[in-house]
Amino acid sequence: MQVDTILEKDLQLGKANQVVFSETLQALAHHDRDIIAVTSDSRGSGKLVPFAAQFPEQIVEVGIAEQNLVGVAAGLASAGKKAFAVSPACFLSARALEQIKNDVAYSDNPVKLVGISAGVSYGALGTTHHSLHDFAALRAINNMTIVVPADNYETERAVRQAITFCTPLYLRFGKKPMPFLPQLYHGFTFGKGRIVKEGNDLAIIANGETVYPAWLAAQELRQKQGLQATVVSMHTIKPLDTELLEKIAANGRPILTVEEHMVHGGLGEACASHLLQKGFKNPFRMVAIPDEYTVTGSQLEIFSHYGISKEGIARTAMELMT
Amino acid sequence: MTDRELQIKSVFLRKRLLHYIYMAKAGHTGGSLSCIDILNVLYNRVLRVDPTDFKNPDRDRYIQSKGHSVEALYVTLADRGFFPESDLETLCQYQSHYIGHPTKKVNGVEQNTGALGHGLPLCLGEAIAAKLDGKTHRVFTLLGDGELPEGSNWEAFLCAAHYKLDHLYAILDYNKQQITGNNDEVMNTASVRQKLETFGWAVKEVDGHHVAQLTEALNKEPFQKGKPNFIIAHTVKGKGVSYMEGNLKWHHGVPTPDEYELAQSELCKAETLI
Repeated sequence: MQVDTILEKDLQLGKANQVVFSETLQALAHHDRDIIAVTSDSRGSGKLVPFAAQFPEQIVEVGIAEQNLVGVAAGLASAGKKAFAVSPACFLSARALEQIKNDVAYSDNPVKLVGISAGVSYGALGTTHHSLHDFAALRAINNMTIVVPADNYETERAVRQAITFCTPLYLRFGKKPMPFLPQLYHGFTFGKGRIVKEGNDLAIIANGETVYPAWLAAQELRQKQGLQATVVSMHTIKPLDTELLEKIAANGRPILTVEEHMVHGGLGEACASHLLQKGFKNPFRMVAIPDEYTVTGSQLEIFSHYGISKEGIARTAMELMT
Repeated sequence: MTDRELQIKSVFLRKRLLHYIYMAKAGHTGGSLSCIDILNVLYNRVLRVDPTDFKNPDRDRYIQSKGHSVEALYVTLADRGFFPESDLETLCQYQSHYIGHPTKKVNGVEQNTGALGHGLPLCLGEAIAAKLDGKTHRVFTLLGDGELPEGSNWEAFLCAAHYKLDHLYAILDYNKQQITGNNDEVMNTASVRQKLETFGWAVKEVDGHHVAQLTEALNKEPFQKGKPNFIIAHTVKGKGVSYMEGNLKWHHGVPTPDEYELAQSELCKAETLI
């Protein structure tokens, strides 16, 4: 596992977030017959095979038909079911976009949309299987909360919160085992960013699977440059934790955003837009996938190619500092 | 309510929906006139729904997939007591709850629809939930023939048969015309019956303006055990107003004052002949 080779010895390696999603859902389904997983031939990639074996009446298979997947999930949610529509993020957020917009968000049916193998998790399978547009597409839809957990702790908490969340929700998970990030503060709440490292010289705001390389870059900056960075897991892109964002920006320090998404319409632009409108003039830089045909490679190779890595983020941070 | 009373009500509902389209200067006239008898029968003879307790979990569900014919739905709901008909004076006006497509802001409307190909998948979710909960209510949708080419319908046709949803009823308002022209010129969806039967549905064909035939089909449970039900309701676009019938201009045409008066007088005359 490539992640092992770059794992800091003081962080414990966990499972893939989407594995934790399915395990948490399975644990919760023991006590809640209203939990329904809706899948589009995606129970394997969604790690829901054990769930389906244990709760055959709580899984609805619709075949490879994402529009119907979301419509059915919306109908189930309307009837009071806690419907989790699970499908690769690339298909869920593009092919079923109108169902998400109308049947889930506009009709206010509290479906939990679960985008699995998200971002560039599918690596060399290429652009058809990448979801680098989902933040942008879903941010532009009213009544949609977007949550991208960074590690197994956040994932487990997010799934538990999703159960009682009563408005439309998009959860996005990757398929790579993730290390547990430091827990400086207790608690995980949708809409509240989570600080995983504190420092006054600069801030790195990341989400999902990019929080870990952001954290590594902060260690590198401390060790090699003597710079202390704050690192935030901004797991909820919408609604954005603007209170935390303004607090971080208040001392004028440079701010770097990092995300597994195209530069357009994601975390970076959300932060930049808010800060600019509030009059902040902090030096600001976005690390994201540029607007081009994405290079072929594994997720880590793609990350590295576009500077979403310990070295790349540290390098961009130093450019911003000078 | 007798068949004759229901027929009289259909004429009344035609008059009212034309009135509000005329007042709002907007609406889907031809399609509303083609499906109004279906809605009349549904709400007055078939659906177990209570205007004073609409959210009762045991109610029958009706989701209008052909959302553009919202005027037919609104006047039917108002007549059934879901809201005062005078509310419709604001139809399509600034800040009105009465949007030009069905909205849950209106008492009696199950889902926000309007984009085509959405009603059936929503109904599947409702029908699967009912089955899981061991409930006996039925789930209905009204499809337009113009929306049949939407791929989501065919995803749902497969799925409904797979799950043997025999408490699900899809009604096709088969007026054979859509905004651009006749269905078979725009996209050939001929042999709907055979297509649906091949997909595993039980199919019945009725005259979509014949209240007794509609009643008989919609109250039959189910056509065939273990199969979802598909009702092909043969209708006429613009039905009830001579110069609108089969004339595409009236897909979303709004009558002039003279045309409006003519339509109303034709309907009054029709009423006396029932």
